[in-house]
Amino acid sequence: MKSKPLTLQEIVDFLDICFEVEFTFIKSELAAELIVQQTRSDQDFILNLTRRVAATNKELAFQFAMNAIRALDHMDQHMVEAWAMSATDNYDSKGLNPAMSVIRDLDNYVDTAHIRTCGAVLAEEIPVLLPFAHGLSGRKLKIAETEGKHSYTDTETIFLPAFTSLFEESKDNFLIYKASIAFLWAQIHFGTFRIPFEKLLDCDAPDKQLNKFFTLESIRLETCIKRELPGLYRDMQTLKQKEEKQLQRQRIEIENWRYIKHKLTADNAGIHDTLHCLALVDEIQCPPPYCYQGILKPDLAGAVMQKRIEKEKAYFRIALKELASENMKNNATDNTEAEFEMDSGAKFDIRNKADRQNDTQQVNSGVIELEFEGDLVALPDHVKELMTSIIVDFGEIPPEYLYAAGPGEYDLKKYEEELRNPNDVWQGTYHEEGAELYNEWNFKRQHYHKNWCVLRELELEPEYDDFVENTLHKHKALLKNLRHSFEILRGEDKLLKKQVHGDNIDIDALVEAYGDVKSGMEMTDRLFTKMHKVERNVAVIFMVDMSGSTRGWINQAERESLILLAEVIQILGDRFAIYGFSGMTRQRCELYKIKTFDEEYNDEIRARISNIQPQNYTRMGVFIRHMTRLFNNIEASTKLLVTLSDGKPDDYDTYRGEYGVEDTRQALYEAHCDGIHSYCITIDEKARDYLPHMYGAANYSVIDDVAQLPLKVSDIYRRLTT
Amino acid sequence: MQSKSFKPEEYYIEDEPYYQPIGDEIAIFEAAYNQKLPVLLKGPTGCGKTRFMEHMAWRLQRPLITVSCHDDLTASDLVGRFLISGGETVWVDGPLARSVRHGAICYLDEVVEARKDTTVVIHPLADDRRVLPMEKIGELIEATPEFCLAISYNPGYQSVMKDLKQSTRQRFVALEFDYPDAALETEIIMTETGIDIATANQLVKFAHMTRDLKGSGLDEGASTRLLVHAAKLIHENIPPVTACTTAISQALTDDADMLVAMNELSSSLF
Repeated sequence: MKSKPLTLQEIVDFLDICFEVEFTFIKSELAAELIVQQTRSDQDFILNLTRRVAATNKELAFQFAMNAIRALDHMDQHMVEAWAMSATDNYDSKGLNPAMSVIRDLDNYVDTAHIRTCGAVLAEEIPVLLPFAHGLSGRKLKIAETEGKHSYTDTETIFLPAFTSLFEESKDNFLIYKASIAFLWAQIHFGTFRIPFEKLLDCDAPDKQLNKFFTLESIRLETCIKRELPGLYRDMQTLKQKEEKQLQRQRIEIENWRYIKHKLTADNAGIHDTLHCLALVDEIQCPPPYCYQGILKPDLAGAVMQKRIEKEKAYFRIALKELASENMKNNATDNTEAEFEMDSGAKFDIRNKADRQNDTQQVNSGVIELEFEGDLVALPDHVKELMTSIIVDFGEIPPEYLYAAGPGEYDLKKYEEELRNPNDVWQGTYHEEGAELYNEWNFKRQHYHKNWCVLRELELEPEYDDFVENTLHKHKALLKNLRHSFEILRGEDKLLKKQVHGDNIDIDALVEAYGDVKSGMEMTDRLFTKMHKVERNVAVIFMVDMSGSTRGWINQAERESLILLAEVIQILGDRFAIYGFSGMTRQRCELYKIKTFDEEYNDEIRARISNIQPQNYTRMGVFIRHMTRLFNNIEASTKLLVTLSDGKPDDYDTYRGEYGVEDTRQALYEAHCDGIHSYCITIDEKARDYLPHMYGAANYSVIDDVAQLPLKVSDIYRRLTT
Repeated sequence: MQSKSFKPEEYYIEDEPYYQPIGDEIAIFEAAYNQKLPVLLKGPTGCGKTRFMEHMAWRLQRPLITVSCHDDLTASDLVGRFLISGGETVWVDGPLARSVRHGAICYLDEVVEARKDTTVVIHPLADDRRVLPMEKIGELIEATPEFCLAISYNPGYQSVMKDLKQSTRQRFVALEFDYPDAALETEIIMTETGIDIATANQLVKFAHMTRDLKGSGLDEGASTRLLVHAAKLIHENIPPVTACTTAISQALTDDADMLVAMNELSSSLF
């Protein structure tokens, strides 16, 4: 049965609540008058979406409600929802005004809707494009978005437009990206940037000159691509034809075309051939570049190159110094422990197995090798990478690079990237630099806030006091018990009897079988014993609540639990990590490293546990997402995330009540999808109200007596991992 | 047609297995063999370790007994066990004991896959004692001079769980293997499969592309063995891009994006 449309009053009542009109003074009636004329299903759709947008901003929701009907005339419900969510995303990242303009600029959104259906969006294609770029030989290139329309490179990063929508088929639009990457890679790889651009452009019309250069150089580069990537070259030709057809472009034949083509398509054509041809042609009418060719930014590339060349020379020569002194040490025949301080000037030689030049694959495949005093030197991977990059820049290893650096010749600090100290974050002006960004789930909006939480991993200073000693002393008897029960877990080998295959004969089974045979029955083949050994492969992270509310007893009990647990986990050999979490607002989610997976449990770790101090609030979702990311780098058959907490997720801003619970639940669900088991141990007596919703009915324990925590935590851990 | 069956210790490789040396590994292996030293082959999967062993077995004219190690492999699987036959127990030698008795080359492939307590049984064989204690029958077999022990492992897998114990690795002469350089690899593919040089060259280029992706999404790049597989398919008129997908990309990863990226790379090359 079709439901009746809502009346004006019903809609006004609904919107009044959404817009909180008594505070915002928004006139719900205006929107309601438009919505009342719709069918019930459209009314429901608009009102539901308005409520979701209102969870972000009331004014934005009002604008949405005013424009929703017009939007529904032009787009289907799915696209309208995408439009509304695009506005809320804009609100998150840029603020109210840009979000409003998304809503007001509906026509533009409708116009570009086809782009969204058939265009290629860089952000979506990156997971494929990046490995593609890395697979092309040479320097490992990065990919970034450019705000302009044309792609270009600075020799380290390939900048591509946010979306391409020239063609009607998404496959072709994706191909533009792919061809752009290969074309820009060819510029870097085949020496476009090896010429002094200042000299080239030092003329009356530098723009024209650059255009001319670009046109000719493109001919040469495409020949290189034809040779190296013939499949892609064919695709490029198809793209060209389609573009010419679509834009009704004419191919322009350049004067002296035959000669130029002959020169630039030769197998050994180099950048100097392009320059040579440049002089031959004057006033050519340069055709605009094809869709994938992008533009040249010689200034940008020059600046990046100069910085890199200087840095790589220093690193390479220092690496040679290390290799040389190692080599001399190994060659020393006497037993004297002589110091091999290198004089500057130890010279290496290049050994070329093949006589091909200008090919960086040589380094990777071991064709270019270095000799020192007649001996071949084994090159570590980072030196090989440096050599590859140097060859990309120069086409060879310049002779002056082959002298090992003298003592104190370079100050590497100059080249080290400036690393920000995360502890200084609030003293400076940068808030999001160097931090990791995580999404957060807004249940009202039924959508993520993108890159919403700013998380930093901070060091926790060790505190060498008597806490650890006291704890171990205080819980001496408990520890002994725990050790015993954990040791039982370790020796989990079981002797399986009556097996078809096994290491030894099961005498009991044999006697029985013999009896069977004598009495005329068939003899069983289950006559062996087999030792069944179970190797534990558990990785566990303990996430410890460091919120202000743990001050006092709870904090003490948490620390004691961790000390005891860490002592007994050692017995099992499980890998474990401990992190403390706290923070204030989404801008400042702080994760304290107490023990990472790689660290050994030692006195310093104990001292760090001792220094776990109550801090601020408990914004849990972001930390769970971070832990999921950490777990994804670990190989283990059982991954366990144990949270020690004293209450509900809570933060200074809106992360309260249902919002916090729902985000945490969503984060736990994401972790679950990645194969991580989550468990929560809490001392909040009210936790039974919300923990089953977040963790599931069987995945939490509420401990009534704080003093029991140390015992319980170890006990729960034992239960969980067996 | 019925295939022939042999006891492993009686099976001698008659035709020379094709092996293209990368360095002086043949000379070193022969020297180690003459000096009764056990050998450890290190190298990524599919770079020719097993083929090298076959080649050496042919060269030295010894039977080759290969044991592919796995995490369920017990010491009994190597040394031997009692079986029951007609109401009596009968001792049956395992592959290691057979090799020791008959002077064969025993090759434990991917030895890190075996449990650490299993690997310990090879210790007395791998030092100057060269004996195999067989506790269950209270015997000790002394290896004949022709016996040789070789193990292999892939350092690429190195994790806490899968590493060779120092007490094991320090008994062996280690030979490091890697993928051959481009020219050699092309030659290997052509000899093994009979495809033309142009296709072989492109296949090797594709292999280098995947090896460059090691660490940025792939755990391992394409091995020479995979290239040979792809080349064999191409030889049977499968289109090169399809051959690369089925024989190489799909073998290397299950990640959907990575597969697409690798297909884009192979379709760029062919």
